[in-house]
Amino acid sequence: MNSRTEFRFAGSGGQGLILAGIILADAAISYENKNAVQTQSYGPEARGGSSKSEVIISDENIEYPKATRVDYMVALTQESFSKYAGDVKDDGVIIVDSELVSDHSKAKGKLYSLDLVKSAREGLGKLLGLNIIALGVLVELSGIVSHDSIEKALLKRVPKGFEDYNKKALEIGFELAGKIKK
Amino acid sequence: MAQNIRLMQGNEAIAEGALLAGCNFMAGYPITPSSEVIEILSSRLVRIGGVCIQMEDEIAALGAVLGASLAGAKALTASSGPGISLKQEHIGYASMCEIPCVIINVMRGGPSTGLPTLPAQSDIMQARWGTHGDHAIIAITPSSVNESFYETIRAFNLALKYRTPVMILTDEIIGHMREKVVIPEKKDVEIIDTALPDIPPEEYKPYNFKSGKVTPLAPMGEGYRYHVTGLIHSETGFPSQKIDIIQDAQKWLYDKIYKNIKDIEKFEEFLTGDAEILVVAYGSTSRSARQAISMAREDGIKAGMFRPITIWPFPDEQVSRLAKRAKKILVPEMNMGQVILEVERNACGSYVRGLNVVNGEPITPDMIYASIKEISSL
Repeated sequence: MNSRTEFRFAGSGGQGLILAGIILADAAISYENKNAVQTQSYGPEARGGSSKSEVIISDENIEYPKATRVDYMVALTQESFSKYAGDVKDDGVIIVDSELVSDHSKAKGKLYSLDLVKSAREGLGKLLGLNIIALGVLVELSGIVSHDSIEKALLKRVPKGFEDYNKKALEIGFELAGKIKK
Repeated sequence: MAQNIRLMQGNEAIAEGALLAGCNFMAGYPITPSSEVIEILSSRLVRIGGVCIQMEDEIAALGAVLGASLAGAKALTASSGPGISLKQEHIGYASMCEIPCVIINVMRGGPSTGLPTLPAQSDIMQARWGTHGDHAIIAITPSSVNESFYETIRAFNLALKYRTPVMILTDEIIGHMREKVVIPEKKDVEIIDTALPDIPPEEYKPYNFKSGKVTPLAPMGEGYRYHVTGLIHSETGFPSQKIDIIQDAQKWLYDKIYKNIKDIEKFEEFLTGDAEILVVAYGSTSRSARQAISMAREDGIKAGMFRPITIWPFPDEQVSRLAKRAKKILVPEMNMGQVILEVERNACGSYVRGLNVVNGEPITPDMIYASIKEISSL
């Protein structure tokens, strides 16, 4: 069970966090020969509310499919940060967006406040792709799958004509994570 | 050759398993957390010449499935608690008229509208006794996405072989989670197909229960003409009030399932060989149980798990065999205590305790581990 690594994408419905989780899980099973389980939890509403998408990756069989001791979490709303930060490990990592999450009082592990939204606005011209930036950050920080694997899994799910846009979003995520890794 | 591995959602695995089994008809009415089954089949079935209909409600959906099945289709419907409640009348009809069909119930919290997006295991007894009258049923509780795929294929086989409704009981966790599925070649999978009876139409008795064997259901339109009714009927299919026929007809619905339990039952044992504490768990909860048992073993506690995969008919013989040795039994369920009733009937005097979580959250390995610790010190 030591190889079990837990990821959590927290935010609100419509931010594309479930998709980010699916891409990460697919990269692990399709291109890295690992086991992965992706789950989500959300309320009855289609937009808004707190939602989370979780991915467990392991070299061994994965029994309990939900995260209980989170290694890496990203939060894209204040509400979801406060609600879901509690079970991050003491040596775990939480990434929050500097504009969307300002109250850090529920912080656990190491907390980094990054300019995800600002980078999307400046690098992509809009906020579409914020989920992919967040994905890039967690992949770079954890090193759980290679850049090549995550890019292949991402491009499988991107509509035609948006390949470069999404690759750019992923790159932004890698760069943001690179800065705090040093 | 490299294995064909795919990341798949539980509901998607049910749809893919159904297609591999030869399912060519689905009728349903979308409901969370089962909607992906009809969503996927609606686009896939039409491409292979099959039919998928969104009906006006859940009752009509099973009605359409039974009609299609009588005409020789391999038919399926999918729903969740509120929809399954509506289907009960037709489940009884399928049972009485011995019409094969597969019914998927992706369980969510109830009663009524309950918890549309959250898991539960509270429809286990409904699956057994939801429709009125004495009847038997086959129900299967997969615990992974991969198992959802293969057990759906087995459900179609059992439905045809025993001419009965077969229910697949997953839950919101299994239905919506994504994990690895190893997709087999079709030739490597046992698939039972619809077959014509091996006797001419004039000799055909559609309910030949006196033979003690399940007569194949002749698809309508092939020259085999027979009567189908929800009234108690004789071998010809026509209603009967003769007491000996009534007795035989009613008994047959039980016997054809329970006398073949060895063929229908399926289960898994995990570290039961020397187990002093037996955990009986099924579906998604069994995953937590397995992890908890590994934790307990590290503490030197001899725990093991019995996991029914076929939950109905209940594996009485297996549970009593293990109960005799184990002395202490724990039954974790996401309900107020349903399978525990069956376990208690088979406990042979062993101590039985339930762990019941009904808050919309799955039962964690830590919770089961704590319960194992507690009863180990009793």
